[in-house]
Order: sequence, then structure tokens, then C-alpha cells
Amino acid sequence: MLTIKNLHASIEGTPILRGINLEVKAGEVHAIMGPNGSGKSTLASVLAGREEYEVTEGEVIFQGKDLLELAPEDRAREGVFLAFQYPVEIPGVSTTNFLRTAVNQVREYRGLPALDAVKFLSVMKEKMKLVEIDQKLLSRSLNEGFSGGEKKRNEIFQMAMLEPTLSILDETDSGLDIDALRIVSNGVNKLKSDKTATIVVTHYQRLLDYIVPDFVHVLYNGRIVKSGTKELAMELEEKGYDWIKEEVNAASV
Amino acid sequence: MSKDNKILEELTSKDYEHGWSVNLEADEAPIGLNEDIIRWISAKKEEPEWLLEWRLKAFNNWLTMTEPVWANVHYPKIDLQGLRYYSAPKKSNKPKSLDEIDPELLQIYERLGINLNEQKRLQGIAVDAVLDSVSVGTTFKETLSKLGIIFCSFSEAVHEHPELVKKYLGSVVPMTDNYYAALNSAVFSDGSFCYIPSGVRCPMELSTYFRINAANTGQFERTLIVADEGSYVSYLEGCTAPKRDENQLHAAVVEIYAAKNAEVKYSTVQNWYPGDKSGKGGIYNFVTKRGICAGDHSKISWTQVETGSAVTWKYPSCILKGDYSIGEFYSVAVTNNYQQADTGTKMIHIGKNTRSRIVSKGISAGKSQNSYRGQVQVMKRASNARNFSQCDSLLMGDRCGAHTFPYIDIQNPTAKVEHEATTSKIGEDQLFYCNQRGISTEDAVALIVNGYAKEVLNQLPMEFAVEAQKLLALTLEGSVG
Repeated sequence: MLTIKNLHASIEGTPILRGINLEVKAGEVHAIMGPNGSGKSTLASVLAGREEYEVTEGEVIFQGKDLLELAPEDRAREGVFLAFQYPVEIPGVSTTNFLRTAVNQVREYRGLPALDAVKFLSVMKEKMKLVEIDQKLLSRSLNEGFSGGEKKRNEIFQMAMLEPTLSILDETDSGLDIDALRIVSNGVNKLKSDKTATIVVTHYQRLLDYIVPDFVHVLYNGRIVKSGTKELAMELEEKGYDWIKEEVNAASV
Repeated sequence: MSKDNKILEELTSKDYEHGWSVNLEADEAPIGLNEDIIRWISAKKEEPEWLLEWRLKAFNNWLTMTEPVWANVHYPKIDLQGLRYYSAPKKSNKPKSLDEIDPELLQIYERLGINLNEQKRLQGIAVDAVLDSVSVGTTFKETLSKLGIIFCSFSEAVHEHPELVKKYLGSVVPMTDNYYAALNSAVFSDGSFCYIPSGVRCPMELSTYFRINAANTGQFERTLIVADEGSYVSYLEGCTAPKRDENQLHAAVVEIYAAKNAEVKYSTVQNWYPGDKSGKGGIYNFVTKRGICAGDHSKISWTQVETGSAVTWKYPSCILKGDYSIGEFYSVAVTNNYQQADTGTKMIHIGKNTRSRIVSKGISAGKSQNSYRGQVQVMKRASNARNFSQCDSLLMGDRCGAHTFPYIDIQNPTAKVEHEATTSKIGEDQLFYCNQRGISTEDAVALIVNGYAKEVLNQLPMEFAVEAQKLLALTLEGSVG
């Protein structure tokens, strides 16, 4: 589904990603871990098409298409979803109104008819259950005055509505208490299928107790320096990242 | 170039939709301004002697006045002697009914989306259509007159209801009020007149549609709305003008009188030609709008969506004279390219327990300058006066300006006045967030701007609100990323 080859990206001339290689297949869950500043969030942003980042080398193929050639909105329409670490507020625009615009633009791109208000609401009701989100919250201005947990739940709700093929969760666990973490993870798990894939970007192993990854990759200095299975995440939780840094530094001497 | 700027470049490409004009044979005053011209206009309109005298008095006052320069707008001096003060399509000669209006004039309005044929119109809105210096037709006059409501052109009111005109003309905006109001008092040509009798709730929206067609002509219309005790009316005003390279002057006066327990809601969607992308041409919109809540428990509410004009100078205000009277001002002012707007309101609290509310939303894009100027004045005897003001500015790109000039003058210690102000930018973060959900940048801008202006747009009558939303998006199309 997704092939990343030797991806290099920089911001304002400073290289952040220095040759990422990753292969994600349908049905898989990949966790990207790593110490602060290793480039985890940059990877998520580059995949979604954020313009501040300049891709200097490499390629990203998503379902046979050159992802880097596509505008951010077209990537979304093709089925790439990013759950933001810090979702923005849009005053005066309700989540419902926002999502109706989004869903219908995505449907138009895919050659599907627009959903009318009634149909849209019935789809919404169904998806609301997945993330145990209250309709009152959805009629409020998007993310304005939402608690950290409400924002993240709203991200997953949007994911449910947009039905992406590839979901990238950027530090979705940050700022969540244990109950919110469970609800959000349940939502993600229910949305998984053998046709979709998930990339979970996280600093802590905690989230991976709920969203169990098939593969765990450790990002350090803009490269994937170690890949493994869930056990690797457990090891990182126990020992921290220092031993990996040492291993990498020793190898490069 | 940042993404914001790139989007700005793209956004400023949209053309003004109502920029066409037609060749009409016109009855015109000679160019220039002097007593003879005023006599000419008055004679043309077959006005009674008292009105001519009133005009001349205004003119003589005006001669002693100087152009105001305090507004945060810059434009070359207007040659008022180089303008024409009256231009009426020849075909507009006093149609007795709507059926007699010349089809060519009807077509102009149809092209603007205003159908003057009552059968074809949506029920619920009566229109007075003003073209250049004259009213070409008013719809639903008979229906309204059954309720005692008078809705007609100003000229007609002068002849048919002189006692009302005489009583209220200049009662809210005195002829000496300011430079442009004095000028308007001297040369005004037409406009709408509306009287709602005691206890009547006007069953339909009343509206005036102003269109400038002639070149090199100033439009000086005058609107007078009188709501007698316990009555209610909602009034709409719309306006467009052709694209011309020269600037054109529009200096109107609107007066509203609300008696005891009366309520007037006045909504404007101002879409005069704003000039081209390089700032050439466009309307100078120098307007005095004021209402007086003369009676206790009366209410006047102004809602304006300002998207057009090269330069706007306009402060719809409320004099809260009656006890417990309420004044409201809701405004969205959008400027793009080289447009300049200096707009806001005055709330003068005179009566006890008076309340006012100001919600102003400025949106600046391109190289435009957008200023809010507002005054809240609480007089000595206005105990327990309340005011809440909220002035927000939204910036698009980094070459425009937003300014806020609030003046607060409190002479009664029991007054409670609150002022909130915010300035924000449409951030790349917000746009990227929308893009990531599959929403195109243009639609994202429209979504964000309409969300920002929602509190004001919600005040507009339904049919207008939809129009206004489209207009906002259109005005800003190409201006942000």
C-alpha cells in the first residue's frame, strides 16, 4: 500500500529526515517510536503534504501513485488521513458542518454523489458510537474550547467519517488520561480492516498496549535504526532510548 | 514566497460580477454644483418651496464646512465641481404602476437578480429600485397600503405625504451634521421612504436596491424610515455599480425614527464596485446612517455586510433617547486589493437603562486597510446604561492592515461598558488542517471566513444571509491560500 524509499526532508535548510525506508501493507499496524526530535512528527507531516517541509530526495508510492506529487487535499481524497497531534480550532464552524464539507469533497473526488443532510446525519450517528462522542460536541465550533481528550476523540471521529485507507496517528496518546486512551484506541481498532493500514507515531509504549502493532520501528536522527515487533516496544519502555543511541553511535564511529 | 502570499496572488484574480453598464438616454443636470443646480434639481422634481429652501440652507451650510480628514483612509481630493448631481433615465418618467415601467429598466434589475414583477417575485420582500438619481419602481405598494404602511420613493413621499416628510426629514441627521450629510441634504435626488403606523408589524421585508449606472455622476440618495409606536419593520438595502476607471461618489443619508416600543431592523449588503486589482476606480462610499430610539423600549438594529467600494466611510449609529431602548450594530467589513474601509458605529446613551451591543468583524486581504471606529457615549442621566463591544480583525497575508479606534465617553458612574478585541490570521495551520480532510484551499477560506463572521451573518434575513455568504467567499476568492 505504502512504500517509502530513501526519503530525505528538511525544514528551512535543516535536514530532518535522512533516508527513511518503510513498507506498509494492507491490514498492518506499524508503530514509529523514537526519542524527541528524531523526526517522527516530521515523517507524519511529510506524508500528509505539509508545505514547510521540503523533500530533498527519495520517493513515496501510495497505492501505485506518487504521493509527493499530490496536493495535500488530493492525498486526503486518495485516502491518507492524519490524526493531528495538535488539532487546530476553527471558530464559528461546527464539526458537523466542517465534516460535511470534507466528506462531500472527498466523495466528489471519488465520483460518489454528495450525501444530503439526512443521510449525512445518519452516517454520523453510527460513527459517533465508535468513539463515544456526544452530538453536542459536534455542533460546537471545531475544537474550540475542547479538552485535550475531546480533541483527540474528535480526530478519530473524523477518521471514522472519512474512511481512509491509510491512517497516521501523530502522538494521539499525548494529553490523554487512561479512560480517553481506551476510548480512542477502541475507536481505532474498530476501524481497522484487512484493507486499511495504520501508522502509529508515539513516544511511549503505553498506546501500543491498546493498539497492538505488527511492526515497531525506532527512528533516530532521521533514520529508522531498528525494526522489530511488539517486543521491541516493551524493551524500549524498560530500557529507554539511550542503548539504541549508543548502538547507533558506536556503529558510525 | 510563503504559501499565504502565493494564495493571495491567486485570490485577487476574481472579477466583480456586476461591473456592466447600459447606455440609457438620461435626463441630466449640467456638471457642477451651485445654487442654480440645486434649484434645477428641485424644479425637476417639482418640489414644494419649503424643500427647496431646506436644500439651499443645507448648501449654504455646506459651503462653510470642510471635508473630514480624520478617517484612516487616503484618496485624492474629489473635484465636487466636476461631478454631475442628477441623472435620471429618460424612460423613468413617473410610471403610474409597475406595468408601465420601461422594459429596459426592468431588464437592468433582472440582470442584477431583482425581479420587479410582483407575480414573479418571492412573496415576502417589497422592493424600491433606485437607478442613479431616481426610483424606477416600488413593488407591493398596494398590499402594504392596506395595512397603512407607506413604502414609496422619497420623491413620491414629498408629494403624497409632505406632513410626514417635513416632520422627520433631518430630525435624526441634521443637515449640518457633517460635510457629506450637508452635501446630501443640498442635492439628494431620491431614495426610499417608509412609514409603519402604530401597532403594525410589517408582514414583509422592505428593501431598496441602489444601482449606479451613469458615469461621472454622484449618487446622493436619502432614506427615511419612521416606525410609529409599537410597530416593527425589517429593512434591507443592496447596491451595485458598473466598473469604471474613474472613482464615483456615493454620499447617502439614512434616517430611522423609532417611537415607543417600535423596532427597526436595517440590513445592508454593500457591494459597490471596489475598483480593480491595482486600485483604479471604484466607489467612494461616504454615508451617514443614524437612527433614533426616540420612545421608551424601542429598538434599532443595524446589520451590515460591507464588501464593495474603494473607500468606505460609514458609521451607522443609534441615539438611545428613550428609556430601556436598545441599539445594536453587527458588521462584517471585508477589504481586498487596495480597498480602504473606515467603518463602525456610535452608540449614544441618553435614556435610562439603555443597552447597546456592537459586534464588528473586519476581514482584510491584499493590500487593503480596514479600520473599526466606534464610539460609546453614556450621558449624565443615562443611569444603568450597558454596552458590550466586540471588535475582531482577521488578516489574510502580510500586506494588509487592520486598525481599531474605540472611543469611550462615560459621564454616568452606573454605566457598564465592556470592550473586547481580537486580531487573528487565517493560519497555514488552519488551511492545512482543512486540506488534510480533503477540503480545497478556496473552500477552506470560505469556511473559515464564514465561521468567523457567523455571529453577524446570523442577524441577516434568511434570503440575504445566503447571498452574503457567497459574496464573502467571492470577494476573497484568490486572496488567501
